[in-house]
Amino acid sequence: MTEDWEAGGFGIYIHWPFCAAKCPYCDFNSHVSRQIDEDRWRRAYLNEIDRHAAETPGRVVRSIFFGGGTPSLMDPATVAAILDRIRMRWPQANDLEVTLEANPGSVESGRFRDYFGAGVSRVSMGVQALNDRDLQRLGRIHSVDEALRAFDIARSVFDRVSFDLIYARQDQTPEDWRAELGRALDLAVDHLSLYQLTIEDGTAFGDRYRIGKLRGLPDEDSAAAMYDITQEVTTNAGFPIYEVSNHARPGAESRHNTLYWRYGDYVGIGPGAHGRLTLNGKRFATEAIRMPNGWLDAVDQGSGDAGRSVLTTEDQATEFMLMGLRLVDGVDMRRYQDLAGRPVSPQAIGSLQDLGMVEVEANILRVTDRGRLVLNSVIATLLE
Amino acid sequence: MTDLAHIRNFSIVAHIDHGKSTLADRLIQSTNTVSEREMKEQLLDAMDIERERGITIKANTVRIEYIAQDGDTYVLNLIDTPGHVDFAYEVSRSMRAVEGSLLVVDSTQGVEAQTLANVYQAIDADHEIVPVLNKIDLPASEPERVKEQIEDVIGIDASEAMLVSAKSGIGIAETLEAIIKRLPAPKGDRNAPLKAMLVDSWYDPYLGVVVLVRIMDGVLKKGDQIKMMQTDAKYQVDRIGVFRPAMQNVTELGPGEIGFLTAQIKQVRDTKVGDTITTEKKGCEKPLPGFKPSIPVVFCGLFPVDSAEFEDLRDAIEKLALNDASFSYEMETSAALGFGFRCGFLGLLHLEVIRDRIEREYDIELITTAPSVIYHVYMRDGSKIDLHNPADMPDMTHVDHIEEPRIKATIMVPDEYLGDVLKLCQDRRGIQMDLTYVGGRAMAVYDLPLNEVVFDFYDRLKSVTKGYASFDYQLEGYREDNLVKMQILVNDEPVDALSMMVHRDRAEMRGRAMCEKLKDLIPRHMFKIPIQAAIGGKVIARETLAALRKDVTAKCYGGDATRKRKLLDKQKAGKKKMRQFGKVDIPQEAFISALKMDN
Ligand SMILES: Nc1nc2c(ncn2[C@@H]2O[C@H](COP(=O)(O)OP(=O)(O)OP(=O)(O)O)[C@@H](O)[C@H]2O)c(=O)[nH]1
Ligand SMILES: C[S@@+](CC[C@H](N)C(=O)[O-])C[C@H]1O[C@@H](n2cnc3c(N)ncnc32)[C@H](O)[C@@H]1O
Ligand code: SF4
Ligand SMILES: [Mg+2]
Repeated sequence: MTEDWEAGGFGIYIHWPFCAAKCPYCDFNSHVSRQIDEDRWRRAYLNEIDRHAAETPGRVVRSIFFGGGTPSLMDPATVAAILDRIRMRWPQANDLEVTLEANPGSVESGRFRDYFGAGVSRVSMGVQALNDRDLQRLGRIHSVDEALRAFDIARSVFDRVSFDLIYARQDQTPEDWRAELGRALDLAVDHLSLYQLTIEDGTAFGDRYRIGKLRGLPDEDSAAAMYDITQEVTTNAGFPIYEVSNHARPGAESRHNTLYWRYGDYVGIGPGAHGRLTLNGKRFATEAIRMPNGWLDAVDQGSGDAGRSVLTTEDQATEFMLMGLRLVDGVDMRRYQDLAGRPVSPQAIGSLQDLGMVEVEANILRVTDRGRLVLNSVIATLLE
Repeated sequence: MTDLAHIRNFSIVAHIDHGKSTLADRLIQSTNTVSEREMKEQLLDAMDIERERGITIKANTVRIEYIAQDGDTYVLNLIDTPGHVDFAYEVSRSMRAVEGSLLVVDSTQGVEAQTLANVYQAIDADHEIVPVLNKIDLPASEPERVKEQIEDVIGIDASEAMLVSAKSGIGIAETLEAIIKRLPAPKGDRNAPLKAMLVDSWYDPYLGVVVLVRIMDGVLKKGDQIKMMQTDAKYQVDRIGVFRPAMQNVTELGPGEIGFLTAQIKQVRDTKVGDTITTEKKGCEKPLPGFKPSIPVVFCGLFPVDSAEFEDLRDAIEKLALNDASFSYEMETSAALGFGFRCGFLGLLHLEVIRDRIEREYDIELITTAPSVIYHVYMRDGSKIDLHNPADMPDMTHVDHIEEPRIKATIMVPDEYLGDVLKLCQDRRGIQMDLTYVGGRAMAVYDLPLNEVVFDFYDRLKSVTKGYASFDYQLEGYREDNLVKMQILVNDEPVDALSMMVHRDRAEMRGRAMCEKLKDLIPRHMFKIPIQAAIGGKVIARETLAALRKDVTAKCYGGDATRKRKLLDKQKAGKKKMRQFGKVDIPQEAFISALKMDN
């Protein structure tokens, strides 16, 4: 009997929790630290790889992702050691994808060739904005010129290059964004992540927002307009949307993220990393200790896990929908039914269809372009 | 047991916030009734809501022992009363149990509307009144001006008013002396049959029903077989005691004393405030006159958000009704809201307090429907309906005419705000009955429809006068007017809980205000929602709540599906706080907030 995760595949996420500077909008698990004992970190990653491999022998790895933080601050030798160890422990798919998130500074770009040599096949660069004023406001420590130079190097080294932009920024109008996106598409290789700026609690932007000091953010209507413009411009340029915030030339979708969205199994290694693992017929949610030094110490003691909980089939069904409906391709409702033990509510589907929020074709449930913009509400209705 | 000559019973009355509870603190403290460790500000305001809002809601009795300058020890029973107009009934009831009143007047503010109302009640109860000018520690204090005001406005002698700072303790010793010298001792006959006044009763989770009594004649002892004369309920007393302010058992209570009894009382309705308690055998002949019943004037429906909690709500309401003689209830069913209760209150603050207590002390989330007053609906066929709930309004074609309750409102306000106050009263369909100047302040008396006042008049009054106006009212009777039922339709479905009776001339304005408010209170949905106000079938106001444009999480956070699931759970929890009407979720607070008007 096949297990649910197989519909999504198996992959590995490696979290590097350090950055050169903390961006004011960012609530990822990233820290600024002067002293990083990289030998110790390397040993810790390798130990964790061994520990997880012992639990999941024989799984075919389809993708590996170095995320952060800023993994492009890692010594290429560390990346190489990690990839070697993974190759030693698990079989890999022929078309294994290995992505590394990179900040577009000069230091980082000097390492691209070595990353490639270590086995990285794809980089995802945090360009964020194409004008210097906005980069500064976002607290970025690189300029547009630096980003473009880094990007040129990336392009010369890797076949597959993606970059991230953050939009719906302070004082940005829909037309500003249209122009900026046009320039971005001129540069784009095969993939783009376009995120609307989210104000998160516990960040510097969050604090400023709460006291009314973060002005000029677009309102809901204008943010929605920017989202619509994004769809129009990227489609015309041959980079259609395939997930809420991701666009690619057909065939160049990020395999790793697709694995999450199709709700496969993944090992999460590094501070705060999350994993989903099916072991002996049970599906576990794993979460590693968040604080970098705490994680290192814990790994020395044998495991970096902060906790591991069994997901009920109900939780799994929910997560499957939460992740899967982000994809333009939608979800196979039979998977939901198999997990939840009941079909997706026909009344909910019916009322959402009447509103033009979802479409159903055979067993596939998809959100429409309209529905995608209010996906949280759509899902809340479906899973009521 | 104390002999009558060494007992003094008094209530502390005042306009809201003039310092009654703080004065009670000082009296308790300076007589060493509680230890320093147990002492805290407004000690008697023990309920969470009282402490949070900084006001007294429930009258509280304390027995203190005072060694006077003459060397004798006196027993003083003081009752701290609430100042807010909604709780006036607590005050009048308390006054019936005592012989005198300390009339506290904030010497920085002077005589206010409730000061007057309290004096009239005290005179009505034949009280000896000792005026206490409080807050003399403040630079703005004007004791001489306030004395004059008391004499001019109230007409009582203020030459011997006490000068007090309840906060810093000035004048407390003198006040204690004045209490024993100026207030009369109670009367009563120890050898007569037991005659005790049932002043109050409440439910205590450990002791069951606790009854506050004032002994008029005779002696109450543990083990006595007692009878409530009005309800004819009979019980054996299993405990008697006094409040210091914690409960302290005593062996007997004699004439003039105030204390409590418990008696395994199960039936709430057996303890009727104002009733006379006597012994089952050889009881007294003639009962006490009893209290004027309090009349609830504001009604609303209370429904559990989670309909499975209906029985819990019933239990909570029954217990609270026992604590609060002026709160009434009966079961109600609503098409949209299911089972609940239609409850009657003395005012909006009273409503809010009860609602808060149910939510907190009993952990039941509530939906509160639009508050309403009682209308008299006269039908064509000659019959008359008392309409408590606008949802029950009969078809207009069968209605001959409708009468609404009117009040006489007394408002005192400094001159510079008078214009705003008159405009407010005019806007609320008020008829001016009197306008005089007393001690540098204007006193306006208005005949106002209760339904225009009940809801947010007091809030509005406070805001237009920056808190300088005071307000008191009494029910005056019923009068015919051009009243209609206004319905609110959300997404084309009528929402019963929001329908209300309005004056025809005010309907458009109120309808518009309601629609605008609801537009802000209802969260955006995936579709646009028309919000309409209608009379009969005719729409008189309309707003459209635009559809939700954007509600999606941009980032994916690696494989952190847990985070997404938590977000969904939060969203679901938020939805649980709302009620579905057709396809629309309406937050529970909308039912009350929608009615608050900005003018
Ligand atoms: N400066 C000063 N403040 C006082 C004095 N007496 C009371 N206060 C303050 O006035 C406010 C109201 O006092 P309370 O004792 O709660 O008044 P109250 O009359 O019991 O109020 P309600 O029970 O709500 O009617 C509090 O903030 C007290 O601290 C005083 O003599 N001097
Ligand atoms: C974990 S970050 C790692 C990338 C890399 N450290 C960098 O900043 O270039 C992944 C991406 O998330 C996006 N992001 C982070 N915080 C965001 C926020 N508050 N709102 C929108 N996008 C955000 C940024 O585009 C960022 O490139
Ligand atoms: S956005 Fe990237 S560089 Fe900035 S703090 Fe977050 S992870 Fe680090
Ligand atoms: Mg008080």
